[in-house]
Amino acid sequence: MNIVQKRKIWFSISGMILIIGLVLGLIRGVNVGIDFTGGTLMEIELHKYIPAKEIREITDKYDKSANISMLGTDKATVQIRMNEDFNNEERKEIFGEFQTKYDLDEEDLLRADQFGPSVGKEIKSRALLAIVLSVIGMLAYITFRFEFSFAISAIMALSHDILIVLAMYSILQVPINSPFVAAVLTILGYSINDTIVIFDRIRENFKFTKKIDYEKIANESIAQSFTRSINTSLTTLVTLIALYILGVEQIREFALPLIVGVLAGTYSSIFIASPLWVMVKQRQKGKKARVK
Amino acid sequence: MRARNIVIFLVIIVILGLSIFTAFNGLKIGSYKIKPIKESVRQGLDLKGGVYVVYEAQTDKTGGELDQLMEQVIGVFSKRVDSMGLTEPSITREGGKRIRVELPGVKNAQEAINMIGKTAQLQFVTADGEVVITGANVLKAQAGFGQGNAPQVSLQFDKEGAQKFAEATGRLVNMPNREDRIIYIILDEDVISYPEVSTKIPDGQASITGNFTIETASNLAALIRAGALPVELEEIQTSTITATLGENALHRSLQAAKIGIVFIFLFMIIFYRIPGVVASIALTIYILIVMGIMMALKATFTLPGIAALILSAGMAVDANVIIFERMKEEIQLGKTVRASIDSGFKRAFTSIIDSNITTLISGIILYQLGTGPIRGFAVMLIVGIVASMFTAIIVTKFLLKLLVGMNLTKGTKLYGV
Repeated sequence: MNIVQKRKIWFSISGMILIIGLVLGLIRGVNVGIDFTGGTLMEIELHKYIPAKEIREITDKYDKSANISMLGTDKATVQIRMNEDFNNEERKEIFGEFQTKYDLDEEDLLRADQFGPSVGKEIKSRALLAIVLSVIGMLAYITFRFEFSFAISAIMALSHDILIVLAMYSILQVPINSPFVAAVLTILGYSINDTIVIFDRIRENFKFTKKIDYEKIANESIAQSFTRSINTSLTTLVTLIALYILGVEQIREFALPLIVGVLAGTYSSIFIASPLWVMVKQRQKGKKARVK
Repeated sequence: MRARNIVIFLVIIVILGLSIFTAFNGLKIGSYKIKPIKESVRQGLDLKGGVYVVYEAQTDKTGGELDQLMEQVIGVFSKRVDSMGLTEPSITREGGKRIRVELPGVKNAQEAINMIGKTAQLQFVTADGEVVITGANVLKAQAGFGQGNAPQVSLQFDKEGAQKFAEATGRLVNMPNREDRIIYIILDEDVISYPEVSTKIPDGQASITGNFTIETASNLAALIRAGALPVELEEIQTSTITATLGENALHRSLQAAKIGIVFIFLFMIIFYRIPGVVASIALTIYILIVMGIMMALKATFTLPGIAALILSAGMAVDANVIIFERMKEEIQLGKTVRASIDSGFKRAFTSIIDSNITTLISGIILYQLGTGPIRGFAVMLIVGIVASMFTAIIVTKFLLKLLVGMNLTKGTKLYGV
């Protein structure tokens, strides 16, 4: 296997996805969930399919920019996302209109979530803080257990994974919300797990070689860990896909970024992290040679 | 040696089978009863249905004053929530000015929110049902001593309340019948006091006298205070979910979990043969351990928590995969199966520890910074990682050695090589 030598190919594949995501994100904008912006989400069981136009007759009175989608296999549940955070009285009024128009029960208001704008800001900053702290923690741990070259390569591979997930969100127009943040943090944990296993192999192989050839050692280590990387990702992916297919809306919000993240994580630990490490090492060696 | 190993293995299988049966159906031996998992774990709002509201107090107070204010609000909320007769409601302060109220199992969420968040549910009503003032008009309610050192409750109303009260007492005091002179103080639907008007109260400073001890007077004052929230509260985050939606979510995720786990079993057994069987047993033990810990911690199962459980099951297998791949390598190098197990485990050990600790770091940070459902996710992830390390390193090794000791096969084919 010549994974390290062909690194330009792997880096280009990732680069392409990132650029497509970035361009689409700039053109269409990113879909940010109401828990970040503040707003109201209501899910109402209508017992039959109703065209969005008809639903807008009611919702336009409250928020003209409301986002309406029909859920469920028979598309009989409407999900309304509004950018204003309506209080209990106002939500009652909105549901009341649906209730009289479509003759609904109290129980047919399946779900209602409301987030004030200050909460959104807080969730966002906490999420960022969590990500930054996790990265610092991992950086410290890997430096302590391995050495800095591994830590910096692992963190760069991680950033790659998160960016890929973000790019996929921009491409697929999925809303970025707080389950997304939890998912991103899990991806951090999962992808680093994958990368560490390969790095552990590199560390071990180092002990048995006399002539130091970073490319060769990295390639061998990737090959030795390959079956494991694929098998593990496969078992995790299957459970996640089962969750995505069978799960309800809230579960899907978790499962999707995780699926993308596991794919990106496996890809990056094989094709990105180790080639990066080789580059870091060769640069360090070059510097030392020049100092001499 | 061989017979002994077979017996131990069979005993483990029987115990495991019994545990699974207990987990699903519960167990009853004499008067000793174990409830099935479904009934004994705490289910989160997203599974059970219900409502949570986060309120923010609109105040500039800080430090001790704020603490006192928030405690008062929590006190009022508790009284109101208690009157709804729910199981496991929870009222917690979040940060400085916020209070999170969780009401699992509430049928009509909107009514419930109205009831908790209402500024006043205390009413002063005349005999013919006219509401004179509400709790919103009560500024102060204190127990104290009046004429002749008799315990009493003194009240102070705001400007609007004082005016209305003056008007009403002025009218009532001239009523011929004693019953008509009474003002009923009603909290929710209970009459907590029914003093008779003895004079017109012009200035909003009233006192209730009667057969009070200082204790009963304090109680009444506390009740009156509880009828009014001491500060304006803004609803900054709400979530309501019906029970049917929650049940559906639980049902579908459990189904997904079953499919995922069966796939993992099949995959491991086909790919790794005997070690695969061991991994499947270890995974079953892993799930039982996680459930057990979650029950012992009295942790709440939420949807994200279930997602984390399923994810961690996938990751738990990972440790086994690492070990088995190492074993295969060792066997291919010409070592015996027995020696390969030992060196395979030894070499996989650092890998497993390092990779899991890095994952653990993000789990702990997530727990520290997360709220609500995110926390549920983090708890499950942390418990899952710890349990998976235990089962992979200790349980799998023990079972593998047991199986090798049974001398089922001479070759190495059944070890996935």
